[in-house]
Amino acid sequence: MSAPFHALPDESLTATGNLPRRQKIASIGRGIFLLATLFAVAALVVLLWYIFQRGWNWLSWGLLTNPPSRRPERAGLSIAISGTLWIISLTLLVAFPMGVAAAIYLEEYAPKNRWTRILQINISNLAGVPSVVYGLLGLGIFVEWLNLGRVVLAGALTMALLSLPVIIIASQEALRAIPWSLREAAYGVGATRWQVTASHVLPAAIPGILTGVILAVSRAIGETAPLLVAGAAGFVTTKPGGFFDSYTTIPIQIYNWMSRPQTEFRDLASAGIIVLLALLISMNLIAIIVRQRFSAKTRW
Amino acid sequence: MTRQEYTRSLSHLRDQVVQLSSMVDKAIARSTEALKTQDVVLAEQVTQADQAINDLRWRLEEETLAVIAMQAPMAGDLRQIAAGLHIISELERMGDHAAGNAKIVLLTANEPQLKPLVDIPRMATVVRAMLTKAIDAFIRSDDELARETMVMDDEIDELYNQVYRELLTYMMNDPHTINRATHLLWAAHNLERMGDRTENICEFVCYAVTGSIVEAHDLS
Amino acid sequence: MTDLLEQTDAQTMPDAASEQAPLIDISGLNVYYGNFHAVGDVSFDIPKNQITALIGPSGCGKSTVLRCINRMNDLIPTARVEGEIIFHEQNILAPGIDPVMVRRRIGMVFQKPNPFPKSIYDNVAWGAKVNGIRKGMDDLVEWCLRSAALWDEVKDKLDQSGLALSGGQQQRLCIARALANNPDVILMDEPCSALDPISTLRIEDLMRELARNYTIAIVTHNMQQAARVSDQTVFFSLGENRMGTLVEASPTRELFTNPRDSRTEDYITGRFG
Repeated sequence: MSAPFHALPDESLTATGNLPRRQKIASIGRGIFLLATLFAVAALVVLLWYIFQRGWNWLSWGLLTNPPSRRPERAGLSIAISGTLWIISLTLLVAFPMGVAAAIYLEEYAPKNRWTRILQINISNLAGVPSVVYGLLGLGIFVEWLNLGRVVLAGALTMALLSLPVIIIASQEALRAIPWSLREAAYGVGATRWQVTASHVLPAAIPGILTGVILAVSRAIGETAPLLVAGAAGFVTTKPGGFFDSYTTIPIQIYNWMSRPQTEFRDLASAGIIVLLALLISMNLIAIIVRQRFSAKTRW
Repeated sequence: MTRQEYTRSLSHLRDQVVQLSSMVDKAIARSTEALKTQDVVLAEQVTQADQAINDLRWRLEEETLAVIAMQAPMAGDLRQIAAGLHIISELERMGDHAAGNAKIVLLTANEPQLKPLVDIPRMATVVRAMLTKAIDAFIRSDDELARETMVMDDEIDELYNQVYRELLTYMMNDPHTINRATHLLWAAHNLERMGDRTENICEFVCYAVTGSIVEAHDLS
Repeated sequence: MTDLLEQTDAQTMPDAASEQAPLIDISGLNVYYGNFHAVGDVSFDIPKNQITALIGPSGCGKSTVLRCINRMNDLIPTARVEGEIIFHEQNILAPGIDPVMVRRRIGMVFQKPNPFPKSIYDNVAWGAKVNGIRKGMDDLVEWCLRSAALWDEVKDKLDQSGLALSGGQQQRLCIARALANNPDVILMDEPCSALDPISTLRIEDLMRELARNYTIAIVTHNMQQAARVSDQTVFFSLGENRMGTLVEASPTRELFTNPRDSRTEDYITGRFG
């Protein structure tokens, strides 16, 4: 029996037969994917251009240092910036250790049985719950039931709840990405589970964990709805000085300005968005620097 | 079935051993015939054919070493290959003995035959039968057959002693026969050696099959 | 005839494995992963100061058996181990035994070189540190690296990452790391499968050197390696329901020239099906 191959007509290496058609389909596919990418980038560019066009002229030192005011030229974000920093620091303080600890338990300690699976599914679902629901939860538990009132602590705890599932899942991913061989190596020389985790797994996973935390916190910084529900004040004139002071945050201030009838306030809101973006970018930068320092310690 | 190429080269080697042994067998038959009939032409042919035996032996040795180097044989295969290497060298030496007998024909061709040969051809017959069985045992990995075959060497030794005594008698009665008788004694001795070498082949077969070394004298 | 066989064995193999005192005595070992019976009723000895090679086809349980010896299977949640592994007159598998203590005495080298992402120095020192050793660390590190035939290559760069070394060096670093707890036994799970032939031979030389002071058990896919390096070879095969079973444990020389079991013969001559 001869080999059941179809012989090519000649020895030419240029495209013949159905190859030109297949190549054409390939290039069409490439075009579609490029277009999809460009669309996303274009939307972002348009958005940025729109915001900068409207807000650029309103950027000033006063915007950062002035308290809110009924007159747009004197209104500023100082109270809101201070509130955001308070909320974010407290959120981090609560959610970061708790989230990482939960992730370590789930990845390194928990037996792989049905209960852990149910726990895992619930955490994944929590990450998808609309943020306003967390606001209601915060209002119900922290503001009213614990009777904290509409204060920084209640807001921060609400935001911590919101960030926890994302931090847990991201940290779990980071821990899971650490090769099993590293754990084996450590167990192999007679280390306990905690020594293995603390000395090898966690340091190696920190860069990945930080990435997850940045994502979670960035999302929290931009959130408006839960804090609106859980008690950020619309108009505060003094910076919060402690856990039990009332507060507002940048997105709420922006939301506030947007809902005013005057176009000046709308433009001011655009300037506020620029400030918010700058804050996000600088937070990301800090996280990248911290991440790199940790990576340098681990000598991969 | 895995390792088909390797299995093929092993069976090829075995075929070649059979080929070599049949060349040796032919050399024994023809050299003995030449002794019996003082046939110079036949003797000449045997000495020439010995070269072919040597050539095949070296080619086989090379092929075997190549299989060892490239296929890393183990266990039973390894023992069979090691036995094969020994067997081909024994066969080659047997070919030399046959060529030696052919040379005796050439050396004594000008003299009348001392006596009609009876026991020397009989020795040759036993050696050939032994060789056939020994190679058969090798091919079939039959250590029982190899053990049976070893015992046949006793027959050859007896015949040799008989020839030895007979030729001694000739020499004592008439010193003029010493030259021819000595040559015949060599011929008988060569056949006796061939018997020993066939016995060695049987020992290697036993080793290849069982993995333990059996020497002929342990058997009796 | 049988007498003869035994005689020749005793004569040609004076240091046969069976005549050495066993350091580890495995008997009736069964391993289950969930409902899967992975290893069935395995028994053999690991003689002191010798190299025991575990060979067999993939999935025959040889690696699983090796990992029972230092309780590495404890880390797999579904694994269940039955039977006895006697070591210094204690059953390693008994409930009161702390696996961490077992692993201090029975070190392990893994298939893929897996140095810690730390300096060469810390790679060796860490194992000793977690076990509470503080003093004389420099000497300990040097001694381990020398014993692993790595000192001359790394003595000037002890603070460099262990991962910057070549594959063969990394594996020797892992051996040095295993030595830092001064174990009695070193288990090696296919230690050369990721290495080139020259690095492999260096590890094999090192194993022979280490066998003077340590007892070594090695799992290998490479039969030539088992033949080259070990004193005793244990052959595993797949039984019914893909359960790993022990076929034959013999002195290496015997197993590779004249195996007792026809399944061993088929495996080492490479004939299946």
